[in-house]
Amino acid sequence: MSMLKVDNLNVYYGAIHALKGVSLEVNEGEVVTLIGANGAGKSTLLKTLSGLLKPKEGTIDYLGKSIAGSAAQSIVKAGISHVPEGRRVFANMTVEENIELGAFLRKDSQGIKQDFEKVYATFPRLLERRKQLSGTLSGGEQQMLAMGRAMMAKPRLLLLDEPSMGLAPLMVKTIFQVIKDINKEGTTILLVEQNANMALSIADRAYVIETGRVIISGTAEELQASEEVKLAYLGGH
Amino acid sequence: MEWLQQLINGISLGSIYALIALGYTMVYGIIKLINFAHGEVFMVGSFIGFISISVWGLGFFPALLLSMTACAIFGVLIERIAYKRLRNATRIAALITAIGVSLLIQNGVIYIRGAQPAAYPDVFANTSYNFFGAQISSQAILILSVSVALMLILQFIVHKTKIGKAMRAVSHDAEAAKLMGINVDNIISATFAIGSALAGAAGVIFGVYYTKIDPLMGVIPGVKAFVAAVLGGIGIIPGAMVGGLVLGVVETVVSALGFSLWRDAAAFIILILILIFRPAGIFGKNTREKV
Repeated sequence: MSMLKVDNLNVYYGAIHALKGVSLEVNEGEVVTLIGANGAGKSTLLKTLSGLLKPKEGTIDYLGKSIAGSAAQSIVKAGISHVPEGRRVFANMTVEENIELGAFLRKDSQGIKQDFEKVYATFPRLLERRKQLSGTLSGGEQQMLAMGRAMMAKPRLLLLDEPSMGLAPLMVKTIFQVIKDINKEGTTILLVEQNANMALSIADRAYVIETGRVIISGTAEELQASEEVKLAYLGGH
Repeated sequence: MEWLQQLINGISLGSIYALIALGYTMVYGIIKLINFAHGEVFMVGSFIGFISISVWGLGFFPALLLSMTACAIFGVLIERIAYKRLRNATRIAALITAIGVSLLIQNGVIYIRGAQPAAYPDVFANTSYNFFGAQISSQAILILSVSVALMLILQFIVHKTKIGKAMRAVSHDAEAAKLMGINVDNIISATFAIGSALAGAAGVIFGVYYTKIDPLMGVIPGVKAFVAAVLGGIGIIPGAMVGGLVLGVVETVVSALGFSLWRDAAAFIILILILIFRPAGIFGKNTREKV
């Protein structure tokens, strides 16, 4: 059964028609990636899914219920967490406080404590720096923090926007390994990436977005083999 | 020990400025609005304290709590009615609205009760203590202890409680805060409530200390508290406390040196100097804007 079903989504950024009838589906347990150039509408789509932007037209069904146009907090509560582009950690707060805020809507202090330990086990670097202001972390550490913070909400669906942006190759590898691990433990993932090679290597299925429209979709293998995708997004080899 | 006496007077005055400045700075930190109606919340708080004590016969602390509660509600009403719908408007529109709200409240109070001043009743037998040759009134001690206690409570709320952490998160990045499931509208209301409660407390303390209150009493302390907030670095909570104290002491020193007519000017000279030489304030970091 599909966990997330988006149909004919139209979103405007002021006067700009950013998404023009996008339809896609994410099944429970999958890693689905959206690839496309800068400005294609990938981030707009994620922001609409998490309630930061309201769609003008179209439907978003999550676990059989419509969430199109719902408030961001009720979408988090329903089990969708969004790790935004550029990490957006609270730079004026410590690493620990950032992680704590990820569990803002939860009341089960015992469960929160356990998940804190889980985040620190996944990212030992964050444990070392837990009293440090998060603005002083490196880009890779901030990405870890943003992901750890999002996991504190116990999401069933995790939206990741450009997790590899601006990171050293070794750090990109680490982050992608963690994405795979998170998925293995049962969280469904919708991944937006410009690094199409890397994204297709861990994805089950993929969509290619161009100027607000889905132009190609298929399994990761199909896309990796497609001449068109190779030429435009995989560096032409 | 004349200087010690003056220092204590200055700190008492400064702690009133600090309490008002906290509301300015918290609201600015979260929605980038200079809430020029904040001085009027201080005035309304003072009158609520006045009525509680002289009409209903309450003691100082019940009157203080009542005034803080009423001001908290009043502040949230102002935000919901006047500012909320301007959240995405230009900043100048919100600023002009704030000035309009300020005038509305001033004249509303004059319409209801007239413009004549009222004399704050004595709630304490005012005894003086001799402290290293300085005369310290019990009222000055009370003002200081109440102000310090309120600031400590505020620090606790902002740093240790869930709502305080959410406030800091919203003030840093409201959109990212939404992604944590934080209801930004509620947090903005809470900020107005806390800031207005502090202004209400300052109003009651002001009344007890200076004994004369009137519907326009919020104008000058309001503007000076704004100077204090800018001096400390607008948006920074410890900055408002330090800015208020510094301003109070400077004003008292200027008066003590025999320039009491220049007292108000001192505050504005400080504002001009800080805007020229250190616009980010004492605690502010000079941030470069990315283009």
